[in-house]
Amino acid sequence: MASHHHHPESEIALRVKAIESLLVEKGIVDPATLDTIIETYEHKVGPHIGAQIVAKAWVDPDFKARLLDDGTGAIAELGLTGFSSEHMVVVENTPEVHNLIVCTLCSCYPWAILGLPPTWYKSFAYRSRVVIEPRKVLQEFGLEIPEHVEVRVWDSNADLRYLVLPERPAETAGMSEADLASLITRNAMIGTAKVPAPTSLNPPVAQEISP
Amino acid sequence: MNGPHDMGGMQGMGPIPIEENEPVFHSEWEAKVFAMSFATFINYFPVDETRHASERMPPGEYWSSSYYERWLYALELLITEHNLVTPAEIEARVIELAQSET
Repeated sequence: MASHHHHPESEIALRVKAIESLLVEKGIVDPATLDTIIETYEHKVGPHIGAQIVAKAWVDPDFKARLLDDGTGAIAELGLTGFSSEHMVVVENTPEVHNLIVCTLCSCYPWAILGLPPTWYKSFAYRSRVVIEPRKVLQEFGLEIPEHVEVRVWDSNADLRYLVLPERPAETAGMSEADLASLITRNAMIGTAKVPAPTSLNPPVAQEISP
Repeated sequence: MNGPHDMGGMQGMGPIPIEENEPVFHSEWEAKVFAMSFATFINYFPVDETRHASERMPPGEYWSSSYYERWLYALELLITEHNLVTPAEIEARVIELAQSET
């Protein structure tokens, strides 16, 4: 959204520096804490956490049932609950229903499970349009949802966050939980993509047995 | 309250800006605004107040600002309203830093 800036970047950066230096000087924020927060959201939390939850649900039907019944409780079982993901509802994609998540009011998103949201999720276009023309929005992501499939759009809020349980690709029978997790993308857990079949990502088995 | 943030169903916002392989933060200042907000909303005011602060941004400004510019607005509003820093101190420090950089 760089085109929306009406202050030059350098001016904003200077203002942020001024505020930072004042808050540090007054002991309101600690520079080491700021670094830890940035490091956490840049490198530690992210969609790989949500992928673990989805992969587990794919291989463990009892866990899946609990996850769909009480997302908060099932995620807590795995010890993956965290800030901004305290109350979770998990919605399942099926051949009949495609789920899609938005926060029309701002950017509510399960940080502890998917990391910070991408720019498009926070964009005015996504927030405004997805509740009135979800199929058209999905086409912009290259995802065509057939007419007979119902599209459900879930509007997140400050207290309640959603996660899509995407469909498991048919080609993944027999794959380990860890290998399954590696296929699961952020967008698939928001509902703007499907999980790709493994053939496009992994080398064929034949290569592994060659001398 | 109806405000500029209540965007569901609004029309004319154009195509979805999809960026492949985007970084978590697009600049150092975005990361710093996020971290300072996070650090203060844990210790000084609840996250809901931060959210509300960004919703208090005048509509024209809200719709012409980037995401982290709105966070910066909220941060600045709250740290001054809670008397952690005064607006005058911020303005003075901006001038001071600008002079030391040139």
